[in-house]
Amino acid sequence: MAKFEFPPSILSRPVWGRLEARSGKSHLMIADAEGAEAILDIATPELMENTHIIYIPKGANHADKLRALAPAQFYEGPSYDASVQRIRRVLSGAHMGLQVYLTGTESLMGQAMRETSTAGIPHSAVQTEHRGSVARRMQCVHCKGITEDVELDPFVCSHCGLNLFVRDHYSRRHAAYQGVCVDAEDHGNIPEPKGIYE
Amino acid sequence: MTIQFNDETFRDDYSFRNSEWAIKRFPFPFHEDSYMYSVNMEQHRGGPAGSVYEKRFDVDEHYLAEMKDRALVLDQDPLRCQSLPHMTLAGWDLLELIMECKSEDYPDLFELHRNGNTWRWVNKPMGIDDTFTFLDETTLPYGPMEYITRQAQGDFAVLDQRDDMLWMDAGMITTQADWSLDFDIGMNFFEWHAPVPLAHEKGIFIRALKFLLNIQQGAPARRLNWTMTVNPLLDTSPENYHKWGIQKTELSPENIGHKQHLRVELQTFYRLPRSNALVFPIRCYLCNFQDMMTMPKWGRRLHRVIRDLPDELATYKGFIDNKPMMLDYLSQFDDGQPTSPGIWPDQETEPPLQK
Ligand code: HEM
Repeated sequence: MAKFEFPPSILSRPVWGRLEARSGKSHLMIADAEGAEAILDIATPELMENTHIIYIPKGANHADKLRALAPAQFYEGPSYDASVQRIRRVLSGAHMGLQVYLTGTESLMGQAMRETSTAGIPHSAVQTEHRGSVARRMQCVHCKGITEDVELDPFVCSHCGLNLFVRDHYSRRHAAYQGVCVDAEDHGNIPEPKGIYE
Repeated sequence: MTIQFNDETFRDDYSFRNSEWAIKRFPFPFHEDSYMYSVNMEQHRGGPAGSVYEKRFDVDEHYLAEMKDRALVLDQDPLRCQSLPHMTLAGWDLLELIMECKSEDYPDLFELHRNGNTWRWVNKPMGIDDTFTFLDETTLPYGPMEYITRQAQGDFAVLDQRDDMLWMDAGMITTQADWSLDFDIGMNFFEWHAPVPLAHEKGIFIRALKFLLNIQQGAPARRLNWTMTVNPLLDTSPENYHKWGIQKTELSPENIGHKQHLRVELQTFYRLPRSNALVFPIRCYLCNFQDMMTMPKWGRRLHRVIRDLPDELATYKGFIDNKPMMLDYLSQFDDGQPTSPGIWPDQETEPPLQK
């Protein structure tokens, strides 16, 4: 799958990188959906000997390929929410020098990044690579509810039902972009939804 | 002078009014006939008697009404006041700063009596007389930042300073020009300014940050910022934008003079002693067009500034759709005469309108 080039944006928006295998005694790789492919791209038998992979398929079928890499530990989680306690536990037990690899959707990377910084993992030990869907995790500025996997702009807040437009302003603490009422100045005038990058 | 506090509202029936005194001291933000973002900062060391620069934390006729409005906002949305756990000491610093300044600058309104860590705070306009133990949160009804900023006009952002960067880690934000504390809390200086157009490219935020990091205790700084607000609405928050946004479309040539307000923020910057945090009070002043036009210099100048303002700024500030109507109104007050430099109205020397 070709990598998506995000257009240049404002300074609150994170810039994702490209994974590379690093040396280190232990490695934690957290991926969802197509993020598996970024792991497959850098995996070597030596690296996998000391790697713990946490993978959330989100409907993709890469789990077997990851398992076949024979990482030291492998966990397949049904959703991010179901996996987050495990992620916290692993990070809290991390030794100095742990290398973290986050890859897949922005939602996965943003939320897992928040866990790494809460756990005190140095920024320099965390790598990211976006793969797959360009959907966004959105916070409704009005009701504060989070809507996952937003592909269209505008969209309907899954909590309060307002029609929101998709901003580029991004909060690392919420791991979300901001959604703001699109028809506040002209009630009922909702533009035809388009893909966020169309 | 003694201040007569207005009984007025910033919502619903919008009974907010400026007295002649308040109009005269309104911090008109344009020192020349055009406007562009710049690193417009200067020392905050007083100013002309009676001006909003004179005292460290200006108290005016809107004090009680503004505090009532803040309490209403907080009842509906407690997330407008947040403080990350490491910011409590900065909250005490801020409480001390405001109590000291207000009791020294307005001794007839506020008193602070200190006996070791036992402090007695008297706020006469609000009818408060509390005794508490400094640095002991259990002796106050709210956290220290919330306690004191429920008694001080203007919003307050409290910035932690680490790694040569400022982090917005606490704040009391109920009168904001369309940005969300709940969303921005925890961001750094460049991140929370990300949505501002043109200024990043001009290097303004890099220079501004450098200036702020070097602000020393006892040497505060200030700047003015401005935007436009229809109706004297303090709570122009994004949280409530779906409720107030429609008011922007209710402007007409008949009502623009009293409905359209210039919204000016007197922003100051203070270094706090124990926490080394920086506090950023954002004091909002509202003045409607017709009151502003009583100063011939301001009438001439506002027309020229709005006429020549880049569209990016008018769009960001949210008044691009109403700009033509504003210009129709304001042009009546521009007779082409030159204007004197500086922000003051210069009533005695500026000629009356020649139209
Ligand atoms: C450390 C204290 C400061 C804080 C907490 C602060 C906060 C903010 C916030 C939250 C916004 C709104 C951004 C948005 O659209 O979401 C803003 C806008 C802005 N800030 Fe700051 N700011 C600070 C200092 C400064 C300084 C020193 C400058 C000096 C140049 C500055 C220049 C601006 C400008 C030009 C805008 C756009 C305002 C407009 O056009 O209405 N800020 N600031």
